[in-house]
Formats: sequence, C-alpha cells, structure tokens
Amino acid sequence: MYPESLKEAIKIVEEARARNIAMEPRRMTAEEKDALLKQYHPDYKREEFRELRVGPNKGESVPKELAEMLEAHSRITADSVDLENPDYDVDVLIIGGGGAGSSAAIEANNAGASVMIVTKLRIGDANTMMAEGGIQAADKPNDSPAIHFLDAYGGGHFAAKRDLLSKLVTEAPDAIEWLSELGVEFDKDAQGNMITTHGGGTSRKRMHAAKDYSGAEIMRTLRDEVLNREIPVVDFTSAIELILDENGNAAGAVLMNMETRELLVARAKVVIIATGGAGRMHYQGFPTSNHYGATADGLVLGYRVGAKLLYPDTIQYHPTGAAYPEQIFGALVTEKVRSVGARLVNAKGEVFMHPLETRDVSAASIIRECGDRGNGVDTGNGKAVWLDTPMIEIIGGEGTIEKRIPAMMRMFGKYGIDIRKEPILVYPTQHYQNGGLDINLDGSTTNVPHLFVAGEAVGGIHGRNRLMGNSLLDIIVFGRSAGRNAAELSKTVTTSKLTLKHIEEFEKELSDAGVETEAVSPKLLPDYTRRK
Amino acid sequence: MENMVNVFLFGKRYQVPDNLTIMTAMEYAGYQLIRGCGCRNGFCGACATIYRIKGDRELHACLACQTKVEDNMYVATLPFFPLVKEIYDIEKIKPAQQVMMQLYPEIYSCIGCNACTKSCPQGLNVMQYIAYAQRGDFEKCANESFDCIMCGICSSRCPAGISHPQVAMLARRLNGKYIQPECAHLKERVKEINDGAFNDLIEALMQKPVEELQELYNNRDIEE
Repeated sequence: MYPESLKEAIKIVEEARARNIAMEPRRMTAEEKDALLKQYHPDYKREEFRELRVGPNKGESVPKELAEMLEAHSRITADSVDLENPDYDVDVLIIGGGGAGSSAAIEANNAGASVMIVTKLRIGDANTMMAEGGIQAADKPNDSPAIHFLDAYGGGHFAAKRDLLSKLVTEAPDAIEWLSELGVEFDKDAQGNMITTHGGGTSRKRMHAAKDYSGAEIMRTLRDEVLNREIPVVDFTSAIELILDENGNAAGAVLMNMETRELLVARAKVVIIATGGAGRMHYQGFPTSNHYGATADGLVLGYRVGAKLLYPDTIQYHPTGAAYPEQIFGALVTEKVRSVGARLVNAKGEVFMHPLETRDVSAASIIRECGDRGNGVDTGNGKAVWLDTPMIEIIGGEGTIEKRIPAMMRMFGKYGIDIRKEPILVYPTQHYQNGGLDINLDGSTTNVPHLFVAGEAVGGIHGRNRLMGNSLLDIIVFGRSAGRNAAELSKTVTTSKLTLKHIEEFEKELSDAGVETEAVSPKLLPDYTRRK
Repeated sequence: MENMVNVFLFGKRYQVPDNLTIMTAMEYAGYQLIRGCGCRNGFCGACATIYRIKGDRELHACLACQTKVEDNMYVATLPFFPLVKEIYDIEKIKPAQQVMMQLYPEIYSCIGCNACTKSCPQGLNVMQYIAYAQRGDFEKCANESFDCIMCGICSSRCPAGISHPQVAMLARRLNGKYIQPECAHLKERVKEINDGAFNDLIEALMQKPVEELQELYNNRDIEE
C-alpha cells in the first residue's frame, strides 16, 4: 500500500498516462549515450575503484570491495589439510550449482566422465533461479546469429572477445532446442511458434521466456535432470581454495562444510569454476538483485592460482530494481515489464527516455533523473522513478500482466500494490558481473591448465555491458561446452602429486607488495547481522 | 523512531523493528543465516517458514523473505523437507497416465483435505494440480503448478505423504517435452546453423574493424 504522499504523486502519472502511451520516445544517439555514461554510470566513479597490487592483473583497477577480497589471505594454510587422502576423487569437479554448473555436469556426464558438483548452498540456489525476463536466440525468420552478434557486440561497447560472442550467438538456437528437449516450457503460441519480445538493445524480437519465471523454469529443470542422472551434489559445502598438482595444473579443491566447518579434499583431473556473480559484494553500497551467495568466490579462487581476470571493473546495474516498499529494496523488476509495454516516467509525469535502451544507458539515465535533474520521486528511502505498469494492460489488454509477468504481480501484491492499477517505483540495483576470468573458446582459462570457467564467473563474452537474455544463454552455451571439453580433457590427464604451495607464494607476493590486511577470502556469504 | 514488535524465533523472544521481513528480523536478532536463505526474493523456496500469531489457532505458512513480521509472531523455519524425488529417464518415459501411478502412486491416496492449497505461499491451487496429475492431464497440471518454487510446505502438511512439487516437476517436463507443440522455426534454424548457413555472415563481421562495426550498429534496423 502506498502512503498518501505517493498516492498524490501517482496522480501525476495517471494524468499523463494516455499521452505517454501515444508518444514515440526517441532513442539516444551514440554520442549522447557516451556522454551520459561517463557522467552518471557507477563504473566511471573512479574513486570507487583501486589498483591491484598483486597477481596477474596487477596495476589494473577493480571495485574496492573486490580488490580487498583478491588481496586477502587464504582461509587455510597448506599444512591444515591432508592432500594424500582425498575425500573425493573425480574426473571433473564443478564448483557451483547454478545454471552453468548444472549444464556442465549434465554434458560431462553425457561424455562419460565421473563428475561431482560442490555448492555452498543448495543446487539451484543461484542467480539463474532469479533470472526473470528471458533468454535470447536468433531463431525467427527475420533474424540471424549475425544480427544477434551485432546487437550484443554494440551493446557491450565493442569490447567482447569476438570468438566467444560468435559461439554464444551461433549456438543459441541449439541451446533453446536442448532445453526444450529437457522439458523446459517456453511461451509458445498454439502452432508452436515462440512468443518473443524485445529486450533493451535488441534489434529483433528474440527474447524467449517462460512467463517471468524464465530462469527458475530452466534451473529447476536442469536440477531435476542432474538428480535423475544421480550426479553427486555435495551441498552446503564451499570450495575455499583450489589445489594444483606439481606441474601447475588445476587438480582439485579444498572444501569446507558451511555448517560444521569441516575441511575436505576433492581431487579432480579437471576443475570447472561456475560460481556466478558478485551482487552480494554491494559495490559502491548498491542494493542487489542477486542471490545470497553471489560473492565473487570463483574470481578469488582463480586469481590466487594465477588465472587472469578480464574486465573486472565493469559491473551491470539493472536499471529497474524495486525502490519501494523497503522490504524488497533492490529486488529485480524484470526488463520484461518494459518489453511488454511499461515506460519509465519521472516525478513530473514525463517519459524521460526510450524504455528499451541498453541496461547501462538506462541505469545512468535514471540516476541522472534522480540526481542533477531533480526529477526523482521521494520514496522515504531515497529517490526513484516510476515504471508505469498499468500501461501494459491498456496496450496489451486486460489480463496481460497476470499472464506475462505473474511473479512481478505477486511480488508487489504481497505489499498491497496492484501493479495492474498502480505504477511502481524503481532505481538501479547491482545485477551482473560483466567481467570475470579470462577464457579460451573451449572454456579453459587462458593461463592455468585444467581449469575451466563457465557462467557469470567468465569475463569477455559480453564485453563491458550485457544485454538482457544473453546471460541465461551464456550459462547454457558455455556451461555445456565446458562440461563436454572438461570431460574430454580428463580422459588424457594424469594428475601428479597435489600441492597447496601457491598459498605460500601468494602470501609472499602480498608481503613483497606491502599489502597489510586482515581480510580472508573467498567471502562465501555476506554478513547482514546487526552490528551492536 | 522505529516501531518495535515482539517476535518469537523458535520460541525465543526478540524485539525487532516492525518493517522487517522474517528473514531480516532473524538477521537483526543476530542470526548469520546459512540454511533457510537463498535468493531472498521469492523464487528459490529456501526459506519456507511456519508461524502462528499468539492467541490465534491457525497455523500459517510463508516464505521468510517475503513476509513482514507481526507482533507476537511465533516463527519456525523449515529449511529442509524430505520430499520424495523419483529418478526417471526423460527420454524414455511417455506422457501417459500410468507414469504417475508408477512413480508417485501416493497421489491416489489424496483425501481431499486441501491443506496443501491452504499452505501454499505462492497461492497455488495445489490440490487441483494433484487432481489433474491423477487423471494424467499433465498440461493442466503443468499450467496450474507453473509458479511453484518447490519450497515443500504443501508436502509438510499432507496426511497422504504426497511430494506435490516433485509430481508437478514431472508433469511440467512431460508437458514441455512431449505435449507443447513443437517449434518449427527453431528446428529449421538449428538445421541451417548446422549446415553452416550463417558462417560467412558471422565470419565477415568477425573480420571487420571496430569503426565499421560501430557504423553498422548505430544504423541498424530495429524491428517495431
């Protein structure tokens, strides 16, 4: 329920609604976008970044909170575990039980490898589960992988690794086909045609969805398939340090039971990092749309054994995080709300931008509206802009919201806000880690043998900004491929003696660089307990 | 000044601000959550919770991340519930009524008490989707259960021992794979790609200098 002050503010939006629907908002020019980003996007606030003093990306800037974790001490010393008698011994060890890890597990299992998933919470506790809007694939006659490539390459500021992006778009239709064959229920019409929409920055309607539970529908299906194949899932257990062999190849991980703190050793011929994103690091104090476990663990694990990061300084702020009520502050309001017709409206009732600019541009535009321009709405907990959801029912007909975005209707409905009748308040929220570990086309890291990465922990697929619907896609395409390639590689690998000597070497590097810190990493979980 | 309310976490009283959710109230009280906390946004089902307001006979079920605290609320979280998940091969089973009889025969022991529906934090008509499953109407079962987050509260309340979320999961996969109409344009596109129909186009883009790609991007047609 909105308080009186906001009910008054809504009247301005209602009064302007008819003319706001009728107008055709202009898209920004390339120059306007550049200027906007430089002035308002959080990635350009240089005081929020600092240079790394150690490791393969020494001298490069990353968010301060990430720098602290990358330059922190290990949670263990080499002598605290017995590497001679591993508790688990597998071909392929997958760290992370989200969409990328599960896809990798299924394909590695298909390829005949013995595979195990280790996850610090439960399988499916992941950002994949929370992806609402959809998954891109150029499968309509008016579309092609080449058009998809150009949309994503431009949206990512021409910084994507071209070979990775080419793989992403070319294998996209096959990814949709694979998911369909597993039983994922995509929105289709009576003839079986996919019901597709635009996302920010797309030039064709290629967003496939399962209502606004797209990620949840994919994740629960993948999880069910992993369980059907009886692939071991060691849950509530986090990887806290990678293990190398004497030749410098990745060869397993030290695991920690999250509840009992018991340490365990997993030996593997190949390791896949599929640990996801970093929203719970709360860069620059932003709220996040991310899962509880999104703490950049994989970046830390990889970095400590020498794996290189690519674009770790680019973070995606989703333009529309919930700004009211405070109980859901920062929660994702899917881009699909705009895909199906809602527009962003400021306190004066003006549509201040085209609703489907890319996410970085949209976020910066909202920040500008609430900042310098003074057109934000006071929520009692900061400023925000309106997302005029009742437009959807007017444009698409009564019942569109319940049919297309039921999760959104439910999320706000719990707090007495009927999004069919009332607009909602939004402000950018930390959403996605554009950067991550640098990989080759086959998913292996560029400089640590036998170490693969898939999913949000990878950097370079999208460049410096990601389009909606390309993340659900990348976890499937690159998750599957990492699983297949890791399984193949494992057939040729003989692991020599396991060692944790990299911990000592990293410690030496820290002290040589004069880094003084009490921090340990990976972070594993955020601490939200009240400081007394 | 914050309004404080009394909340009883596992029977122990804490005073917390009334604008918190059950989950954030637990954190306010000092719990560092490991179990019973997942997406914090109503999608993952990790934080199934039951509660009763003092003086009220009715037992409520909810998600801790989606529910505001109330004064004199007695809270017990249900971070794990032993659902029965049967193993099957999606390639080999068929969408026929006997599948349910083979894998989840307990659904035919439903006594119609409707406790499942009353407890669902998503507001789903759980008993109805089980009825569809009994009849082998997997499409209806899938649609009715679509918003299920598999928290397991329904099963915790079921006198017949039904694992409703797993029954629904099976129905949805059968529906997605075997019952929904096949997508012709998708099959066609996958074939074209496998035949290399787009290789030249993509390769041409891959070789272009950035300036040319910027030009193409900034002037591309956008479908209305």
